[in-house]
Amino acid sequence: MASAIINGMPVEITPGETILEAAKKLSVKIPVLCKHPDLDATAACGICVVKIKATGRTLRACCTPIDSGMDIVTEDAELVQVRREVLELIMSKHPNECVTCARNQNCELQTLCADFDIRHMELPSLVPDIAKDTSNGTIELDPRKCVTCGRCVQVCQEKQNVWALSFLDRGIDTRIAPAGDISMAESPCVSCGQCSAHCPTGAIVECDETQKVWDKLIDPDVVCVAQIAPAVRVALGEAFGFAPGTNVTGKIYASFRRMGFKAVFDTNYGADVTIMEEGTEFVERFAHGKGALPLITSCCPAWVDFMEKYHNDMIPHFSSCKSPHEMVGALTKTYWAEREKIDPKKIFVLSVMPCTAKKWEVRRSADMSSSGYQDVDVSITTRELARMIKQAGIDFATIPEAQPDHLLGAYTGAGTIFGATGGVMEAAIRSALFLITGKNAANPNFEFTRGLKGIKTGSMQVAGKEVRIAVAHGLGNVETVLDEIRKAKAEGKEPPWHFVEVMACPGGCVGGGGQPYGVTDELRLKRAKGLYQEDGATLWRCSHDNPYVQQLYKEYLGKPLSEKSHHLLHTHYVQRPTYRR
Amino acid sequence: MKPEELETKAAAEREKQAKFVATIACCASAGCQLPGTLTTTTDFFKQKVKEAGAADKVRVVPTGCMGLCSKGPIARVQTAGQPDQLFVELNADLGGKMVADYVKPVAEKAAPKPDAELAKHILPASDPFFAKQTKVVLKNMETLNAESLDDYILAGGYQAVRKALTRMTPEQVVAEIKASGLRGRGGAGFSTGLKWELTAKVKGDVKYVICNADEGDPGAFMDRGVLEGDPHAVLEGMIIGAYAMNSTNGILYIRAEYPLAVERVERAIRAAKAAGLLGKGILGTAFNFDCEVRLGAGAFVCGEETALIASCEGKRGTPRPRPPYPATKGVWDKPTCINNVETLANIAPIITRGAEWFAAMGTEKSKGTKVFALTGKVKNNGLVEVPMGTPIKTIVYDIGGGTANGRKVKAIQTGGPSGGMIPAQYFDTPVSYEHLQQLGSIMGSGGMIVLDEDDSIVDLTRFYLEFTVDESCGKCAPCRIGGRQLLTIVDKIAKGDGTRKDIETAKKICRAMQRASLCGLGQTAPNPVLSALKYFMHEFEARLKDGKAAPAPASVTK
Amino acid sequence: MTTATTPNVQEDLQRIAKKWKDKPGSLIMVLHEVQERLGCVPRNVCLELAKLIDVPVARIYEVVTFYNYFKTEAPGKHILSVCTGTACHLKGASKVLESLSKELGIKEGESSADKEFHLQSVRCVGCCGMAPVVMVNGAIHGKLKPESSGKEIVAQYRGK
Ligand SMILES: Cc1cc2nc3c(=O)[nH]c(=O)nc-3n(C[C@H](O)[C@H](O)[C@H](O)COP(=O)(O)O)c2cc1C
Ligand code: SF4
Ligand code: SF4
Ligand code: SF4
Ligand code: SF4
Ligand code: SF4
Ligand code: SF4
Ligand code: SF4
Ligand code: SF4
Ligand code: FES
Ligand code: FES
Ligand code: FES
Repeated sequence: MASAIINGMPVEITPGETILEAAKKLSVKIPVLCKHPDLDATAACGICVVKIKATGRTLRACCTPIDSGMDIVTEDAELVQVRREVLELIMSKHPNECVTCARNQNCELQTLCADFDIRHMELPSLVPDIAKDTSNGTIELDPRKCVTCGRCVQVCQEKQNVWALSFLDRGIDTRIAPAGDISMAESPCVSCGQCSAHCPTGAIVECDETQKVWDKLIDPDVVCVAQIAPAVRVALGEAFGFAPGTNVTGKIYASFRRMGFKAVFDTNYGADVTIMEEGTEFVERFAHGKGALPLITSCCPAWVDFMEKYHNDMIPHFSSCKSPHEMVGALTKTYWAEREKIDPKKIFVLSVMPCTAKKWEVRRSADMSSSGYQDVDVSITTRELARMIKQAGIDFATIPEAQPDHLLGAYTGAGTIFGATGGVMEAAIRSALFLITGKNAANPNFEFTRGLKGIKTGSMQVAGKEVRIAVAHGLGNVETVLDEIRKAKAEGKEPPWHFVEVMACPGGCVGGGGQPYGVTDELRLKRAKGLYQEDGATLWRCSHDNPYVQQLYKEYLGKPLSEKSHHLLHTHYVQRPTYRR
Repeated sequence: MKPEELETKAAAEREKQAKFVATIACCASAGCQLPGTLTTTTDFFKQKVKEAGAADKVRVVPTGCMGLCSKGPIARVQTAGQPDQLFVELNADLGGKMVADYVKPVAEKAAPKPDAELAKHILPASDPFFAKQTKVVLKNMETLNAESLDDYILAGGYQAVRKALTRMTPEQVVAEIKASGLRGRGGAGFSTGLKWELTAKVKGDVKYVICNADEGDPGAFMDRGVLEGDPHAVLEGMIIGAYAMNSTNGILYIRAEYPLAVERVERAIRAAKAAGLLGKGILGTAFNFDCEVRLGAGAFVCGEETALIASCEGKRGTPRPRPPYPATKGVWDKPTCINNVETLANIAPIITRGAEWFAAMGTEKSKGTKVFALTGKVKNNGLVEVPMGTPIKTIVYDIGGGTANGRKVKAIQTGGPSGGMIPAQYFDTPVSYEHLQQLGSIMGSGGMIVLDEDDSIVDLTRFYLEFTVDESCGKCAPCRIGGRQLLTIVDKIAKGDGTRKDIETAKKICRAMQRASLCGLGQTAPNPVLSALKYFMHEFEARLKDGKAAPAPASVTK
Repeated sequence: MTTATTPNVQEDLQRIAKKWKDKPGSLIMVLHEVQERLGCVPRNVCLELAKLIDVPVARIYEVVTFYNYFKTEAPGKHILSVCTGTACHLKGASKVLESLSKELGIKEGESSADKEFHLQSVRCVGCCGMAPVVMVNGAIHGKLKPESSGKEIVAQYRGK
């Protein structure tokens, strides 16, 4: 095997490996700012410079492949000085606003400055005078804090294929903004939040709505209800020192109760209801020929927005189901309100999501007020919940676990796995099988839906017929799938798949744009593992086995796709222009 | 066409030209517009010749830049059996007189009778401006009809392509170029033969050969001169290179600010294609090669290889890290070889006359000749070509004629925004990659700016910095922000508000830029500052608030 | 939504798009041709082009704003490009710029209110031997007297 030398230590190298990666194997930590493990190196900061020992030539560790025989020095007085100088330069064009910044204590730039003792700022300030863009209400852009590392642009263009963000101008005026300096709200942005999840600084962050929640919590006339999404429970712990993937559901419920929420529900329950509706929708289309195939999932709002903007020829294929938290919201203000005899006007529903797009979804259309009031009042991200817990004075590490309110809070393993790519599909298969054959599968695990491959496909026999499915995550992977569907349609052929799941974020919601920072594939897998572990451990693995869901249909909705469920749990889609200006 | 047809074509052209008694070769560059006329110089002379009734005896030929731009507009009158006469600093009146009183009589085999005024505008070819030059790259510039393939063939054109394609293997071509010692003229001075060899070795179904004609150094116009005056010479270099590296696709990336160069190159490509010198089966061999023009759009950084590649792919011209080098991953990730215009113009002569002939010129490590764009306070501004190793003073004083205003020369600046100053006390230094580098400057692409006593070094330093700050692509922090902060400091010093501490801070920023910038632009942007501080610290100190003005060393000015 | 392009412009855009569509990476060439036709590349044209050549609007803007050559707003009729390359700088380019700026009452990069003139700077037009140089609509005016250049040049083109 080929080898090289780093700081005098020999290291075995593999082809294509960068100096940064090789150094890591020796516990050598080279500082980086622009490089994100998820993304190709943009080589935009110059912090990671290292030297070739013999020549003294500097190279960037993040993007330079390490060659056999290379002898590299990663630290010496000059390199430290150069890095510090570069940081001072960066800070001369960066506002000194850590204390009031969403990234305070959780900022890659701040950490570097602390590590490198950036103590004096003697260079004149070059902070540009560009206003914050808060127009779309989901993510906000503060170009003054941008270090033009390019991560967000790479994510938005290459990973997500949305092309909302771009680099404009050049030199010192280089900035990130939607094409032509229009506002985010006028741009094609689908609010997936992946840019914010990858930004090393506070230049793109979620729009914070925690104050709205506190305002309701102190209002004695308001009945506050909370729900958490599947993916939140395996990620929130990271903000409190738990290992990624640790399931902290019970602690979250307990925190809600301490904060003063009157009822604590779970979006997983909504996921079970979604499966009842969507599964039935699938059976209608697949077994009874009522509607276009493939059926495409609709529980991801960023995907819905993307489809409405870029792929609206697919509207007939879309499941009309709302996303799970919207279902819980609608049922809270109708079913639960009626049972508890609470005026729905007084109910405030908070949903905690891994997601920034849900902030948009709660206001998406009149369908999101099916109860007569906005079904979900405010949606906050996992990151915001972490801050609220801290503000509430809760010692999250030690708080004993609590239970949800079961009526809209009890859930199955099928609901849990919604949070990982392929989970919706796996859950749907479990129930569709039952709906068609009247029996549960002997083994409810459909492993081919799992994992981080961009597009996963598979097929199975159901009552003598082949069901073909596809799962895509990361919007950049969608077009390939859609194009195949279009091609088959144009040629009058059988659809390549009968059921397609799409999640906007790479890895699905576990990798959502509102999750704790530092997401990598490793982390996505760990979080997903947390979900599959819970699924494996639950009493009920299939949504249709959830007794509370059965109760809901018996007591309230009648049956899936009934008129009432159509009114409360389903929605419509429209074409939207990609650019509003 | 078959190889032998080159001779047929040359013979036909020779016969055609033999019918004329005289030729007016006029610089058709944009700069050489005759004051007071609205037509091109060529059209003006054609009209005058027609009016004189000499259209069948006098040929009017549009050439490229003749080199002596400061004496433009220029026309060269050639008569069989007589020395050429150069008419300089013409205007419409003088141009008319030139035709009436000189060209017409000559054409009619009578004695020319220029009046005293016209006589003042005749420059003998023995002028040291010409006598001290050695022209390889510029050899055709003064006489060639830049718009005629046939004229180029008559001048020996495409014989090198013929030799390479019919009598040499690609390996032999690479070996020949390697042996010649030719180094890239675009700035970095990398061995051209070696670069070709590396690219030739990379396997790939499609390979690209790119001519870098982005010439962004402000104050340099060598490449423009060659493209406008001798476009086929560049194409010939590309074809030979493509053959050596087994490439089928060529791109000429030309600055949009050079419309005439674009026009001439496009015309040359069309003509070469029509004649079977480009395209499928070149000169009847099995070798295929085609090329197209792509325009820049006003971004200096696009001269950098990886930025140029991005630009060719229709993207922002931001550099990317190397490795991977273009030789393995270039345009569309295909193996790509990028060469400068002047580099390519050297290829055909090397193939025709042999590596030994070429290597006989120059110094140990710098072979051949170098074209310089000599400008600034020198008397004879223009394009000059000298063998490598020629002392700076020969260029500045003999060819350039010293200053026009009688002031003393203080220094030259070479290498443009990546280069440095060389004070007059070092003017014995021969020009070569290695010698200029020893002095803390670089050869660069060939800009040579002459500064006199009145020019402020602080101001020129500021000028170059302003340029690199303007042209920084903005991708990486050291260059994007460092350049701007450095400029702010130099600005402050220039205004008299600077302190000693500012100079220290400037040096620190310079180091960060040199060490941590991604591409050559940022890495070399501090050079003008550092070399100015090295040789002309006193000029900076003189402006400091807290600095005592050290007396200027007497030796600095000549 | 922005206003639609006129049928005439539409036709030209289609012609340009057709010429280049199948050549990968030709965005800059397309923009050159569009600007030659329209004098600039305005927003509605960017949106239109995106569809015609199948390049994202964001990419078009990235490119248009990166390269100095492209303009998003129509410039004045006569384009005065003051060379600020090294040779011209040494021979008083900044004074030339100042003189033109004063004469027209506009700053570098701006067009006059009556849209008759557009004042910009360029880095070396390759006529350094004639420094200082101003290029007006492609024609070179060299060996200028920096202080009086503004008056002289503007007078030549005003109303033409
Ligand atoms: C900022 C920058 C600008 C450059 N501009 C040019 C240029 O205008 N023309 C050129 O030939 N090379 C330019 N170069 C050098 C090229 O990157 C490259 O080295 C050269 O074209 C290779 O050709 P050569 O080996 O024939 O010199 C530039 C380099 C940098 C870093
Ligand atoms: S982005 Fe980071 S460094 Fe900048 S103000 Fe916020 S916390 Fe501080
Ligand atoms: S870190 Fe320093 S600046 Fe920030 S709050 Fe604490 S004392 Fe104040
Ligand atoms: S939220 Fe998603 S779509 Fe919007 S700018 Fe960020 S990455 Fe692009
Ligand atoms: S917004 Fe954030 S991710 Fe995007 S370029 Fe700026 S610092 Fe990088
Ligand atoms: S789609 Fe994502 S955000 Fe929505 S319920 Fe499922 S896990 Fe939660
Ligand atoms: S994948 Fe999940 S987190 Fe990401 S946008 Fe969709 S619903 Fe939100
Ligand atoms: S020598 Fe220079 S100034 Fe004269 S025409 Fe040629 S390029 Fe222009
Ligand atoms: S050094 Fe300057 S020009 Fe080069 S990549 Fe960095 S910012 Fe761009
Ligand atoms: S981390 Fe390598 S250049 Fe930024
Ligand atoms: S431009 Fe005419 S001689 Fe140079
Ligand atoms: S510097 Fe002005 S034309 Fe070259």
